[in-house]
Amino acid sequence: MGEFIQLVVTGLTTGAIYALAAIGFTLLWQTSQTINFAQGEFVMLPAFFALAAMNVLGLPFSLAALVAIALSVLVLGVVFKTVVVDPLIRQGVLPLVISTIAVALLLKDGVKEVYSAEAQPFPSFVPDTVVTVLGTPVSLSQLGVLAVALAVIAALQGFLGGTRTGRQMQATAQNPTVARILGVPVERMVMYTFVINATLAAVASLLISPIYLAKFSNGEHLGLAAFVAAIVGGFNQVRGAIAGGLLVGVVDNLAAAYVSAAYRQAVPLALLVLIILFRPQGLLGRREERAV
Amino acid sequence: MASVLEVRNLSKRFGGITAVDDVSFDVHEGEILGLIGPNGSGKSTLFNCILGQLAPSAGEVRVDGHGVTGLRPSELNRRGVSRTFQLLQVFPKLTVRENLILAGQEHQGRMLARLFGKRDAGLTAQADRMIAFFRLSHLAEETAGSLSYGQQKLLDAAMAFMAGPRLVLLDEPAGGVNLTMLASLKERLHAINAEENATFVVIEHNMEFVMSLCSRILVLAEGRIIAEGAPEAVRRDPRVIEAYLGH
Amino acid sequence: MKARLPLLALALVAVALVVAPLGLQRYGTYILTLWLVTSIAAMGVNLIVGYAGQETLAQAAFLGIGAYTTALLTGAGVPFGLAFLASGALAFCVGILIGFPALRVRKHYLAFVTLAFTVLVWLVIRNEQWLTGGVMGMNVRRPGLGEINLRNHQNFYWFVLAITAALSFALWWIVRSPWGRAFTALRENALRAESLGVDVRLYTLLAFAIGCAYGGFAGALFAPLVGFIDPAPFALAPSLLFLLMVVVGGAGSFAGPFVGAAVAVLLPEWLRFAQGHYLIIYALLVIVMMAFCPSGIVGLVRRLVALRPKPSTADAPAAPAKEAA
Repeated sequence: MGEFIQLVVTGLTTGAIYALAAIGFTLLWQTSQTINFAQGEFVMLPAFFALAAMNVLGLPFSLAALVAIALSVLVLGVVFKTVVVDPLIRQGVLPLVISTIAVALLLKDGVKEVYSAEAQPFPSFVPDTVVTVLGTPVSLSQLGVLAVALAVIAALQGFLGGTRTGRQMQATAQNPTVARILGVPVERMVMYTFVINATLAAVASLLISPIYLAKFSNGEHLGLAAFVAAIVGGFNQVRGAIAGGLLVGVVDNLAAAYVSAAYRQAVPLALLVLIILFRPQGLLGRREERAV
Repeated sequence: MASVLEVRNLSKRFGGITAVDDVSFDVHEGEILGLIGPNGSGKSTLFNCILGQLAPSAGEVRVDGHGVTGLRPSELNRRGVSRTFQLLQVFPKLTVRENLILAGQEHQGRMLARLFGKRDAGLTAQADRMIAFFRLSHLAEETAGSLSYGQQKLLDAAMAFMAGPRLVLLDEPAGGVNLTMLASLKERLHAINAEENATFVVIEHNMEFVMSLCSRILVLAEGRIIAEGAPEAVRRDPRVIEAYLGH
Repeated sequence: MKARLPLLALALVAVALVVAPLGLQRYGTYILTLWLVTSIAAMGVNLIVGYAGQETLAQAAFLGIGAYTTALLTGAGVPFGLAFLASGALAFCVGILIGFPALRVRKHYLAFVTLAFTVLVWLVIRNEQWLTGGVMGMNVRRPGLGEINLRNHQNFYWFVLAITAALSFALWWIVRSPWGRAFTALRENALRAESLGVDVRLYTLLAFAIGCAYGGFAGALFAPLVGFIDPAPFALAPSLLFLLMVVVGGAGSFAGPFVGAAVAVLLPEWLRFAQGHYLIIYALLVIVMMAFCPSGIVGLVRRLVALRPKPSTADAPAAPAKEAA
């Protein structure tokens, strides 16, 4: 039982991080038709910004983390939108999809060639001590990661639901044409979405890298987890991505312990297949009218 | 007179909004039925429910006495119900003739015959007859995208008639068409109705067009049928006038 | 006169391909054969992406299915011809199985399902050592063909060339048949196609499964070509590269996959000096190409050819699958 609870906590921790990536992915898709196949690499990269800031510039970790977030906003948010997405969306959805796949390759091999092909140890915000909660030993650093991730998600939800800009962003995500008629500055909202996605990716990166180590190839697994989380939760809302992320994290960890470590990665994929077969709109998604 | 299409107690709800509310009507063989009503009265939703584009919340649709509710548009089309869309829908990169062959090819033979058989599915002659009927013969080899808007609209209609359908549903055929082309379109629709005994349902905003084309008119308002009858009777019906003015 | 020109060009290309290995060393012939095999798989992707307007991220997985099927069957004494057909058939059936649920849902779901499938296949190949040898891989023997010794690299090249020609002809036949017209229609406007009786779901599924079968056929040739297979060439990254190469070559044009495969096979050779950087260069090339010429290299050439003699009639080359979201 104790082991089970530990696994669930670990699962919720990684799941909350997947949720961060999945939320950004969903927001981008809805507001700008950008299906970002580089989302996993977006989560992989910021950790290397932080590492570079520490090892090259000699900054302390806390400052390096801020540098990583700022660089992510610039590179994965502003530059990605203006240099890749804006010129390509005019050519149609397929060229844009292809380009995000190319961006994924570019980031992956860029990090491998420029920084290192080896997995890099990454510092953690919270010291890795074990505390006992209700008779079960739980890692304090995991609880810290979980708390940070949930706080970021809560802040985002508060922003989207509680501020004027946030509601304008939601309107843009639901229907850009109507939003424009209602006087929402759609272009600016789309840019905010890219910035938010980059920020979420950076936070996810800083949180996950102490657990998985920072490695150029991490994006493959992280991206897949984010896609599965977004689809399983249902694309229509942010809370779908949150639920999907947590579920994938927990299932992933339980599967590793109880099913087979070798097929750990396969279990979220099986979840994806089940959802597509039996509940294609996702767990929290609304059913869409049939359109051929 | 036999009914080609029977709609019984059809309803469509979106969340709390009832777009089509318990609608029943028949379309008789050989008639041209007009479907009019103010914007948002549920005409297009009704079309989409009949055609399998949307799943109706309740009710039944029968074609030639056979229930077709819930069939997909392609299945319904192969049973002889074809349509045009409000917005122009031709395949701009295919030639005019190819557009028409496409409109006919799924109506004959089996899948494998369409793979191993003739490239034109044996339809070139029929396509050329249809092209000639709609007076597009000089454009048969042109890509559809290079035609004028009115010519594309004619092609769009021609595609709906290519497979010799039992019933054709036309969604605003006159929309955006200039006056000369409009007269030609109306004349061709009348001709095909007379020569092939084809049955139509037409949604249209252009009152003059619909009144002169149709033999019978249904008026829809807020998802219900509020009036039905010959064009002249409907034009004078106070409920119809109110429905249009009230909005 | 005008219609004879493409036929003449085709004949010239055919002759050039037949005599090509005579002037090449063993390694050159190997690269040329690899190009043909890659082209077969890319043709399949082109059918799915360029003609039917779907996205597949699983072609390397189907290459793997074909490669291991052929390796296992020929290893058990089954003649190569049968193993080859079985590889394509198995890939086709698996394509139906994964395409059916994905295509019920909505656009782009096929991309995610194929992505997941690729990871799954890779896991199976890596983990089921009793069957596939896992990361240690397995050896594959080149088949014999009656009197002809296919262990000779030139003979094997000609053998692969003949199969490539046959598969190219089959695909050409498909895309010019009424099926091809239906593919074009559903790519350009699925709603209208469906209303004209085109069973969009069935045709899309068929395009996908046939494309997968080409992956299986390519795998059946890949295994005896390299002589040793392990999980690496069938992972996610090579699947992505298959999609990219088709788009770089020119999705929706018949020559596109051959051109794209040539770039993908030869670029690492040309960029030897750049070592690992070639993927970075390739990725940048793809993004620039998508921004300025989404119809790929074939589209670019067409545009240049159309510009030169009569600038006024320069018709815009067909952009691949430009869908209205």
